[in-house]
Amino acid sequence: MGAMSNGRPDGCALVTGASRGIGAAIAKALAREGWPVGVNYRSDSEGAEAVVKEITDAGGRAVAVKADISDIDAADTLFKRLEEELGPVLVLVNNAGVRADGLSPQIDDEDWSKVIDTNLSAAFRLTRRALRPMIRGRFGRVVNIASIVGAERANPGQANYAASKAGLVAMTKTVAAEVARRGVTVNAVAPGLIETDMTEGIGDGLLQHVPARRAGTPDDVAACVRFLVSQDAGYVTGVCLTVDGGLTA
Amino acid sequence: MSTTVTREEIEQRVFKALEEFGAEPDQINPDAEFEAMDVDSLDLVELAQIVEDEYGVQLKGEDMEGIKTVRQAVDLVMSKLG
Repeated sequence: MGAMSNGRPDGCALVTGASRGIGAAIAKALAREGWPVGVNYRSDSEGAEAVVKEITDAGGRAVAVKADISDIDAADTLFKRLEEELGPVLVLVNNAGVRADGLSPQIDDEDWSKVIDTNLSAAFRLTRRALRPMIRGRFGRVVNIASIVGAERANPGQANYAASKAGLVAMTKTVAAEVARRGVTVNAVAPGLIETDMTEGIGDGLLQHVPARRAGTPDDVAACVRFLVSQDAGYVTGVCLTVDGGLTA
Repeated sequence: MSTTVTREEIEQRVFKALEEFGAEPDQINPDAEFEAMDVDSLDLVELAQIVEDEYGVQLKGEDMEGIKTVRQAVDLVMSKLG
């Protein structure tokens, strides 16, 4: 795998759903670690370009890459583009996620499928595509952004979301065990209540139950991802790191 | 491209891959069993990737079932090259 810098192979990081919120914070954190970053977005080109500008202004490298990851061909398109522009993708952060909340009797097939497709199936397709060069290169980091909703907690109104995130954690552990011997780690991060556009309005009643007495920030989550991606975390694989201010403790 | 590849070339490429996977060079021969060389399922997945990348031959999980030796693997690739 070519030249090394900082003791790791040269390549780039891909963060899905990185035009705002947690994904944007992760993209910037990885750029600060020296990774060239593919800033994936679906529709918010302005947000993605702002993230790219912030990274490049700080001396880093980044490109905005548009793709709807629920599209079956998105993985190949994204990876080919990044491989050409930034080198092999050695870090994949599956962050893009959607919600379509409702009590179960009211979740229709479309809302069920949309959430499972984006949060779980797309993450799997991207992971599958990423693993090939990682396995060949004997280095790789996959971090899946899960949630405390799912395997840890019930949250009425989010049966589809919870199922997708619990599935994501199960996939994380299984793939981690499959590829560990190749220096490729696969982990998850499970945020609790984080202040983003996506969680606006849903956390108000929850805050009193958070031992830390505050909502988390995207940077709180990005810090966990940065650690899991680092060389220091080479022996950490198959875990789900909860970042929730003690909510599920 | 595929028509010019010889059996010997594929066999040599498989040998080289097995060495990369950590098989002892003096154990590698056409009839050696992967298991005896400590070549495991993930190694075979990687071997399939190498074959796909270099010869354009797609090997699926079901194709690889029952493949126990280098000779069988080379036979499989040759049959796919047709």
